[in-house]
Amino acid sequence: MKRVKQRYIALQVECKVMPTEREFIDAVWTAVTRLYGEVGASQTGLSLIDTDAERKVAVIRVSLAALKMVRASLAAITSVAGEEASVQVISVSGTLKALYSNAR
Amino acid sequence: MQVYQVAAMTRAFADLHLRANLEDQQATQRLIKRAAGFGYSQISIPFTSKPSEDELAKLKALCSEAGVDFVSRADFYPRSESELTHFLRRFRRRFEVICILCDNKEVARQAAKDRRVDLLNFSNIDHRKRFFDRAEAELASGSLAALEVDVKQLLILEGPPRVRVLTSLRREVALAWEFGVPVVVSSGVDEERLMRSPRDMASLAYLFGMDEPSALDAVSTNPSAIIERNRKKLGNHFVAPGISIIKEGKTV
Repeated sequence: MKRVKQRYIALQVECKVMPTEREFIDAVWTAVTRLYGEVGASQTGLSLIDTDAERKVAVIRVSLAALKMVRASLAAITSVAGEEASVQVISVSGTLKALYSNAR
Repeated sequence: MQVYQVAAMTRAFADLHLRANLEDQQATQRLIKRAAGFGYSQISIPFTSKPSEDELAKLKALCSEAGVDFVSRADFYPRSESELTHFLRRFRRRFEVICILCDNKEVARQAAKDRRVDLLNFSNIDHRKRFFDRAEAELASGSLAALEVDVKQLLILEGPPRVRVLTSLRREVALAWEFGVPVVVSSGVDEERLMRSPRDMASLAYLFGMDEPSALDAVSTNPSAIIERNRKKLGNHFVAPGISIIKEGKTV
């Protein structure tokens, strides 16, 4: 079976209080589902890798084919867990090592 | 986890439609700082009437303090063709960018024909009031007008209204592409929380069918070209398109 290429995205969450991991990833899923529907969302291979509550940074993984869809959905997020919030992409990379060093 | 910073970008990005409330100076300052933080190098806050020299100077100072270039822009909502021409005659030489918010067909057609208009904005959610059709695109291609798309609607709307806006935008952008009309993607926001980085704006443009290079051009090259062209025209050395004064000699 062909290996699915993936991309890691570092995100800056801009909100008063950093949401929990569950609340954050739910907000991302909701945004993707609203824009692309359940079938589209199922093709993104979205998963949460890491969060840093102190710096309000999160790292997610998506499939390369769905990168544009996910970036558009992330830009469309205006609230997380009922609180006003926005999500900015800091960096995109093929490996976590490169992501951390690029975004430093 | 390590410390992050927004990576430096090689393109010069511009947001020509930051709708700051000029009466609230602190909020305006916050918007400008945030735009600078996102990496915009040129921003524009539209005026709907003639601003005082003081107001303009204040805004320019705020922008230069934040490290961004302020572009003066006037937005007008004419109800008729005559109102539009009157406005253009009065304000064209006072502002670097002129945007016409087209609310009826008569105005839309005249604005698309007139070479003094820089941006055509059809921000109405009602698809019957969006007049960027084939005829409009053809007229705009013969003049200098660009199609401005505000991403604000995509952020504040949800469900069927957003679907309708996306459908209209996709059709309008495809027409603009077909007729060679430049597209400018602006924020159109008045709140900090709705501001997006240039690359995120380009990502939103993907939703209405723009590919990555043209979406990035829509937030960088296209608005910058309008600003540069008009600054040249408003400068003292401009005579006519293609003719400018290089050096003035002494009269004998």
